[in-house]
Amino acid sequence: MLRNDTPITPELVASHGLKPDEYQRILDLIGRTPTLTELGIFSAMWNEHCSYKSSKKWLRTLPTTGPRVICGPGENAGVVDIGDGEAVIFKMESHNHPSFIEPYQGAATGVGGILRDVFTMGARPIAALNALRFGAPDHPKTRHLVSGVVSGVGGYGNSFGVPTVGGEVNFHARYNGNILVNAFAAGLARTDSIFYSKAEGVGLPVVYLGSKTGRDGVGGATMASAEFDDQIEEKRPTVQVGDPFSEKLLLEACLELMASGAVIAIQDMGAAGLTCSAVEMGAKGDLGIELDLDKVPVREAAMTAYEMMLSESQERMLMVLRPEKEAEAEAIFRKWDLDFAVIGRTTDDLRFRILHGGAVMADLPIKDLGDQAPEYDRPHVARPAPAPIEAVPPPNDYAEALLKIVGSPDMASRRWVWEQYDHLIQGNTAQRPGGDAAVVRVIGHETKALAFSLDVTPRYCEADPVEGGKQAVAECWRNLTAVGAEPLAVTDNLNFGNPEKPEIMGQLVGAIEGIGAACRALDFPVVSGNVSLYNETNGLAILPTPAIGGVGLLPDIGTMATIGFKAAGDTVVLVGKPGRHLGQSIYLREILGREEGPPPTVDLAEERRTGDFVRRAIREQIVSACHDLSDGGLALALAEMAMAGGVGATVALPEDAAPHAYLFGEDQARYLVTVSPASRGAFFAGAQAAGIAAAELGTVGGDDLVVRDLLTISVEKLARAHEDWFPAFMAGEL
Amino acid sequence: MKAAVVVFPGSNRERDMIAALEQISGRRPDVVWHADTELPKVDLIVVPGGFSYGDYLRSGAIAARAPIMRTIAERAAAGVAVLGVCNGFQILCEAGLLPGVLMRNAGLRFVCKEVHLRVETTASPFTADYEAGDVIRCPVAHGDGNYRCDDETFRRLTGDERIAFRYVDATGARTPAANPNGSLDDIAGILSEARNVLGMMPHPENLIEPLHGGTDCRPLFESLVERLGVAA
Repeated sequence: MLRNDTPITPELVASHGLKPDEYQRILDLIGRTPTLTELGIFSAMWNEHCSYKSSKKWLRTLPTTGPRVICGPGENAGVVDIGDGEAVIFKMESHNHPSFIEPYQGAATGVGGILRDVFTMGARPIAALNALRFGAPDHPKTRHLVSGVVSGVGGYGNSFGVPTVGGEVNFHARYNGNILVNAFAAGLARTDSIFYSKAEGVGLPVVYLGSKTGRDGVGGATMASAEFDDQIEEKRPTVQVGDPFSEKLLLEACLELMASGAVIAIQDMGAAGLTCSAVEMGAKGDLGIELDLDKVPVREAAMTAYEMMLSESQERMLMVLRPEKEAEAEAIFRKWDLDFAVIGRTTDDLRFRILHGGAVMADLPIKDLGDQAPEYDRPHVARPAPAPIEAVPPPNDYAEALLKIVGSPDMASRRWVWEQYDHLIQGNTAQRPGGDAAVVRVIGHETKALAFSLDVTPRYCEADPVEGGKQAVAECWRNLTAVGAEPLAVTDNLNFGNPEKPEIMGQLVGAIEGIGAACRALDFPVVSGNVSLYNETNGLAILPTPAIGGVGLLPDIGTMATIGFKAAGDTVVLVGKPGRHLGQSIYLREILGREEGPPPTVDLAEERRTGDFVRRAIREQIVSACHDLSDGGLALALAEMAMAGGVGATVALPEDAAPHAYLFGEDQARYLVTVSPASRGAFFAGAQAAGIAAAELGTVGGDDLVVRDLLTISVEKLARAHEDWFPAFMAGEL
Repeated sequence: MKAAVVVFPGSNRERDMIAALEQISGRRPDVVWHADTELPKVDLIVVPGGFSYGDYLRSGAIAARAPIMRTIAERAAAGVAVLGVCNGFQILCEAGLLPGVLMRNAGLRFVCKEVHLRVETTASPFTADYEAGDVIRCPVAHGDGNYRCDDETFRRLTGDERIAFRYVDATGARTPAANPNGSLDDIAGILSEARNVLGMMPHPENLIEPLHGGTDCRPLFESLVERLGVAA
């Protein structure tokens, strides 16, 4: 065990992830050599994960305000007004590095962390989603990681009692050494009782609540700010262990405590635990914080100050309470069998002072820990525009091609995954996994609901980060629109490689530019988010993956649209331009084995015009089913709508179209809808009036999906191909 | 009908159950904390789903020893209706109010999906509004739903027609694929000897309104409302 006065060597500095110039900055700030605990505190506050030092400059360019935004980035989660005195509070956060090392606990604590971010602000969680990315299906570790991550996500969320209603699962060899686990959570609160982390008032008790502190997760945030190499298994002790049971108790106790009026400020202990939470509360309120670690509830003997300050033990909260309510607060926590300890107080000297065993272990300027963190304008180069794609031949057999695509790893049904998630608990799930967006009714309302979707197409971002960034936002906006929701705001989870490489930094800068442009054009502000860098192993980075989590509002759940074909005789209509673009398409990759060309461009004005028209038509109940077009293009949308509805359709393509581009092109700003015979006239009149392209393709009915002259497949056969891949893969049969 | 819903640390479907009872009976149920020993005078006691005590040790085993359970046992013996759903079923088994035990699902994974149940007996206050042989949809969401009991218990359960629900397919046929957890004889729910205690793994409270995608489980609650007197 290292003593607090351990000599600070360059090796020790480096092992804390601090660069020599960063260490020099520490020396300049405090005017002396730091103690070991102080070095640990700096490393916790100044690592990439906590300080956003490489991304901050660019994140500032994102639009973060809007008429409905109550609180943008900077707090535990974003807060958006949904009317009636209610707010939705949501955020997405990565738990990539730990999930690769220890998939069950890494994923579980990722879910736990994001749920805590949401209820820390006073919201009861109502929905969880997750965006998961794994290596190639044939990589030896992939099945183990899928199995562990999925059961970890389920194990935590199911026990906690939040419905896990949607998300994404993708496979690509570029995630072989670094999987992505991005967890999203949303909760509901009253707009007049939202809780923030800013402490107010001098001499007030700083209270520790929740589970006891152990040695797990010490240095986790620093680990998450480094690349992997072959010795990564040795990092297993830095992964935290989750206890959803304690978290559920913590939720109930916190909400009860908040209702009592005792809470002035609250911050959950996430990355860098006690250090980060205490510094944030003090620094935001222009207050110092003094902590006496002898008072911290611990579950292991002889923990050092260093370990306590850097532990990432889960299910813990820090609060500043009104002194007159302390006894009442303690009674609430005792009732829930949780620890409650006054471990310090707020001060007026702007110092972050740590006492342990009667000695001062750390005494640092609290504002500088956050404000003076390094900020870099790292060199970045834009990727040259991808070469135009060479001729793309049509498939030999259209039916075979479509069957192969619906049963391919990225397009196959995710039922194996979401059946392990309790997606029905709370009794408000109006649209289950498998549609364009999940829909959850707002508690206490008959018809008001929220829609959620997570989206990004990493292969587009790799080929063109700016267009890829735009597309992620546009697809998310479209998915919300396709159920009839008004898109409100997003949270972003930016997953990239090592930002010290100019080409990786170029991806990050480009993607943020694209996200910003799309969010501005679609009035879809970014209210929270997270950046995960250094997703590299032995120098090979992941595909750039800026995941977007969007939230939309449905005033009347009765008019919500779903993707399944409804009734024989309904007309199938393509809304938007005909498909032409095959660069970076699923067709190109799955059928021809090529990953090349530019991604589809995103015309944001057209996206908005088309989406606004579709949403209006849904709300006026003119369309009977709706599906956004994305991966796999029109053909996949037809197949998915047929499978979801259990009924076929017969369509014909326009004579002047190149059939394979029309069927499989991934052009943006498009939807496939069905219209009942009674609404047909109104629909086409509306489209014409709005200047929206709407092509009548055919009619719903029968047991087969028929594209005239090209393919006939029974819906049952499609569904078998679609449903079989995942279970067979996980059973080791592929 | 007046109901009480018992809440343990880690219960998590009590809100669903409270909402269902309130919606169908028109009365908000009392909520009783596990550490209490008193129960209000009620016609129905519900032990809801969740992960009481985190399901650490064994599902339902710790909750079965909570102070309130002795009172529930006394009321059950006096004929008060008791409904245990999911973790509630596990708790009632662990507490000895129902025979048998719920083991890990045969597939070893948590499973959340809609299944079909066949109503096997209408001779109980819970199932009287159904017809015997009715096939209803109902969601399950559990990791430990694999019902097991010894041969003698099983003979008595079948002989006394105390199996309330079995897992079947949409046509009402018993098939291995229709059973989500591998339970003995496709058992989804059982009744006590006096038929006033029902334990079931599926969640009837999650299929009672159009938003849930169906109302197949409404008759279970309506049947209770019709048959159970007003306690006060």
